[in-house]
Amino acid sequence: MTFAQTAPATQTLIRIDDLCKSYSLQDANGRTVTNQVLFDINLTIQRGEFVAIMGHSGSGKSTLMNILGCLDVPTSGSYWLDGQNVATLSSNELAQIRNQSIGFVFQGFNLLKRMTALDNVATPLLYAGVSRSQSRMRALELLRQTGLERFAEHQPNQLSGGQQQRVAISRALINHPPLILADEPTGNLDTQTSAEIMQLFTQLNEEQGMTIVLVTHEDDIAAYAKRLIRLKDGHVIVDKNNTVADFVESAS
Amino acid sequence: MNLLAIISEALRALRQNRLRTGLTMLGMIIGVAAVVLMLSIGQGARTKINETIAAMGSNLFIVVPGATSSGGFSFGSGSVRTLTINDSHAIADLPSVSATSPVVTGTVQLNYAAKNWSTIITGTTPNYFTVGNWKMESGAGFTESDLRSAARVVILGSVTAKNLFGDEDPIGKTIRITNRPFQVVGVLMAKGQSLTGRDQDDTVIIPITTSERQITGSQFPGSIRYMLVQGKSASDMDIAEIEITQLLRQRHRIAKGKENDFTVRNLTAIADVATDAAKVMSIVLGSIASVSLLVGGIGIMNIMLVSVTERTREIGIRMAIGANQRAILTQFLLEAIMICIMGGVIGLLLGIGGAWLVSRFADMLIVITLGMVGLAFLFASAVGIFFGFYPAKKAASLKPVDALRYE
Repeated sequence: MTFAQTAPATQTLIRIDDLCKSYSLQDANGRTVTNQVLFDINLTIQRGEFVAIMGHSGSGKSTLMNILGCLDVPTSGSYWLDGQNVATLSSNELAQIRNQSIGFVFQGFNLLKRMTALDNVATPLLYAGVSRSQSRMRALELLRQTGLERFAEHQPNQLSGGQQQRVAISRALINHPPLILADEPTGNLDTQTSAEIMQLFTQLNEEQGMTIVLVTHEDDIAAYAKRLIRLKDGHVIVDKNNTVADFVESAS
Repeated sequence: MNLLAIISEALRALRQNRLRTGLTMLGMIIGVAAVVLMLSIGQGARTKINETIAAMGSNLFIVVPGATSSGGFSFGSGSVRTLTINDSHAIADLPSVSATSPVVTGTVQLNYAAKNWSTIITGTTPNYFTVGNWKMESGAGFTESDLRSAARVVILGSVTAKNLFGDEDPIGKTIRITNRPFQVVGVLMAKGQSLTGRDQDDTVIIPITTSERQITGSQFPGSIRYMLVQGKSASDMDIAEIEITQLLRQRHRIAKGKENDFTVRNLTAIADVATDAAKVMSIVLGSIASVSLLVGGIGIMNIMLVSVTERTREIGIRMAIGANQRAILTQFLLEAIMICIMGGVIGLLLGIGGAWLVSRFADMLIVITLGMVGLAFLFASAVGIFFGFYPAKKAASLKPVDALRYE
């Protein structure tokens, strides 16, 4: 195992081998019921990819997303992120991975309330041990890039949905993580704003080579990605390059 | 995350819920204020008693004539003048006794110029001043030769001196005691109340010989009202008491099995009882106050638990962007500690203020020591850590995925 952990230093960012996830629940009679959500998932994502994970509700896409984001751990199988087997790490090490290697963008934005946009963007840096003044400087720089400089001192409830999501994206980017995980990032946005946010993702992917994994159930959003993975009942049923043809086909 | 950043996060969280923070703090404020106030009252009482005891003189016995009865009626303590000056001299020769001082008393009318004053007169021997631990404000006590010659010299208590002379210097002046002229040779330093609450400074002291012959003379010559006996050492007080009792029984020819016609009281033992009572009082007061601190602590725990539940999603977000368990634990623990410390400081000030009010309006001695302040502060912080830890631990051990999903 120690041998394996030092292994890949390639273009591969994510490698998942035989990953399973099941939940144990107590039913009404107090018996333990095991509910398996993911079955033997094998997946490899290279640096610089833009992947959309699709599936209906209950397909296991959110569970996969949580495991990819190191918010949850697999029941069996291995998950290599950036050359590290994440399945064996402690909760503190996972926190550091979430801080350094992953940028999260959520459907509900998940900004911290009663905190300015600037402080929201700067918080991951504080957890990384960077000083307050330096954190704020870098946060301001990112807000400038996403065009929100003048909203730096606004609190989330004073911002529109699109603006909040931009703040969240800025926050995701601040530690220069190799991976951006976006969970239904446009779910709470109107079509026009959705398109803007997706263009921002595309731009980050194409211009900065950012690896982006996107979970969505909307075909037109998935169409922005270059690769499509479709889950059904915990199995990968489609994994191919995304073309307009696919999009048209699934839409029909 | 550095501590400074966590502190400002914790402060932000406390500011967001001012009313709740304030109410939670109130528990702490009341608790700490109560502890400080109670401790200072208890300490004040002990200090007061210690002062009184120190003023009383050390290793002291008081021997009073005992009760006598006739035909089944008891006449009460001192009703028969069985104790004499010679008893006093005999006791002074005991190996465990260092000095004795016989005392006769009476109530007299004093005159100086146009003023007059009624007070208790004490007729005694010169060593009364050392045995009774009296110090001189000015002048001196009377001497052995004054005693032998039954000189008309008088030492005034501070209250008496003030009433008779006001601001005038009494030394060398002549006052009249029941119309006989006496020269004032000394003024006693104030001692305050005795353990029984009598004002010890309203008195005049003259040689016992003078008193017997000219002022308080009774139908029993040589009999005294009581005597002070000073033991040689604190450890031999029990032996001294036995020796005094045996000697007096022998001198008074009391048959075996008959009751004493005198009483020996160990004043140090009485003082010890008073000290113990004061100690118990401060412990009781302190414990009662501590209960309020405990209740305040439980209030903090309660609110912190609510707060953790309410902010589950916030905790999830913080974990998703890289907060580890320790950062979450520290943030919530700091919130609890800050409530306690701020409440502690306010409570401390209120407690000191309350103590000042009590000392001012209830005329009680209040003592606030630095140790007490430190103790209250330490206690407040300990309460914060103790009651804040569980909620903070609960927050830190949330699973990120569950916390994020929490609505």
